[in-house]
Amino acid sequence: MNKIIKYIILDIARNKIVLAYTAFLLLISLSVFNLEDTGVKGILSLLNITLIIVPLVSIVFATIYLYNAAEFIELLISQPIRRTRLLASIFTGLALSLSLAFLIGAGIPVLIYHAAGAGGLLVIIGLALTLVFTALAVLAAVLTRDKAKGIGVAILLWFYFALIFDGIVLFILFQFSDYPMEKTSIALSTLNPIDLGRIVILLKMDISAMMGYSGAVFRQFFGGLWGSLYAGTVLLLWIAMPLLWALRRFSHKDL
Amino acid sequence: MITAEHVNKRFGKLQVLRDISLTFSPGQAVALIGPNGSGKTTFIKCLLGMVVPDSGMITFNGQDIAHSWQYRAGIGYMPQIGRFPDNMTIAQVFNMLKDIRKDERLLDEDLPQAFQLHKIMDKRMHTLSGGTRQKVGASLAFLFNPDVLILDEPSAGLDPLAAELLKEKIRREKEKGKLILITSHILSELDDIVSDVAYLQEGQLKFHKTLSQLKCDTGEQKLVRAIARVMETADL
Repeated sequence: MNKIIKYIILDIARNKIVLAYTAFLLLISLSVFNLEDTGVKGILSLLNITLIIVPLVSIVFATIYLYNAAEFIELLISQPIRRTRLLASIFTGLALSLSLAFLIGAGIPVLIYHAAGAGGLLVIIGLALTLVFTALAVLAAVLTRDKAKGIGVAILLWFYFALIFDGIVLFILFQFSDYPMEKTSIALSTLNPIDLGRIVILLKMDISAMMGYSGAVFRQFFGGLWGSLYAGTVLLLWIAMPLLWALRRFSHKDL
Repeated sequence: MITAEHVNKRFGKLQVLRDISLTFSPGQAVALIGPNGSGKTTFIKCLLGMVVPDSGMITFNGQDIAHSWQYRAGIGYMPQIGRFPDNMTIAQVFNMLKDIRKDERLLDEDLPQAFQLHKIMDKRMHTLSGGTRQKVGASLAFLFNPDVLILDEPSAGLDPLAAELLKEKIRREKEKGKLILITSHILSELDDIVSDVAYLQEGQLKFHKTLSQLKCDTGEQKLVRAIARVMETADL
């Protein structure tokens, strides 16, 4: 199993898109930390970029990679190897390479300039989002046979989590603004890994005071140990569920 | 060695395989022939466990292949189109498959040598021509000395010299008592390799007989003519 992972990482390490992604992240993070006068501000700017770029690149790149490797995956399936094991190895290879790109591009600058508190958390959330969206990409590629359709589904998923979901949440909160919505908004945040990541990091940065009463409720919930455990579990579920679904589907899929 | 019993497969509304029953034994070289879309590739994929039949059973050395993967250690497969990850070198693809197989069978490096692949082992896959990728695919199929070889359009894209080398290799493996399944549209090249012919049409097995029997039945000396005769009479 780890043999397949090794070769996939070797392949992706020379991929121009991943190299460009790493260079882009590195450029952004270095310039952000050099332009802003305090590290916290730098983290805040980097946070907004990370929450958009990392999911987009992870899901689109992983989906395209899987479709381009379709014939090779067929050849590997004709070898004596379990299907679920094969797909799990491919996911691990993809996830490790994209995580490595993120670590080099954003992780190292953050650790150099602002490792304490929110900085470390930003790196962890970035890695978690990489894994979540790679898992979603594997699911999209396994469920749809057609390449164009699969990539379309991947971009739509990103669009939903990055933009549309926030609109829906705002709409709900606005419509029910006469009622106490704090608990509901915590529940809603579990439905979107990007939102969850943003909330967890913002709370760590002591600017939750700017978020009014909801901020206080968020702080009370996510601030404690249970809150961190809750956020961690939810993110893990966001990785595991799509992956397990994809593995289940792939184990009896016609290729 | 391989038996298929009443195999059915449907993709949506399209019935791709209809009640196919076939038996193949060691030492046979079987040509799977049929028009485009007759279900040849789907049948091969069923044997390899890539496509799961809706009903029916396929056995390999007496064992049901459903939900099993170990049996594939005895099969070498050469796909119709050889596509590999762009940035892997030929050497890496070879090593990867060797790592997956890991069995201590003697490696058969006749084909990579005949195709002189060692000179370009460090080239990356996206720099190779379609024909060279086909050569890599063929070499991989034979590399692990499998008892069964399944070749899907093996000579498509190969230059005449390489096609001839591959043909020679197929003939030698057949004489060693291996089972070889070939699909091809180029019937003339099958003439002196195959011992049996299985003819599929619209997902149905029309016949499975030895080449000499077929020639005798149709009164033709060439496989091309014999098949043409079969198709003509089928149309009547």
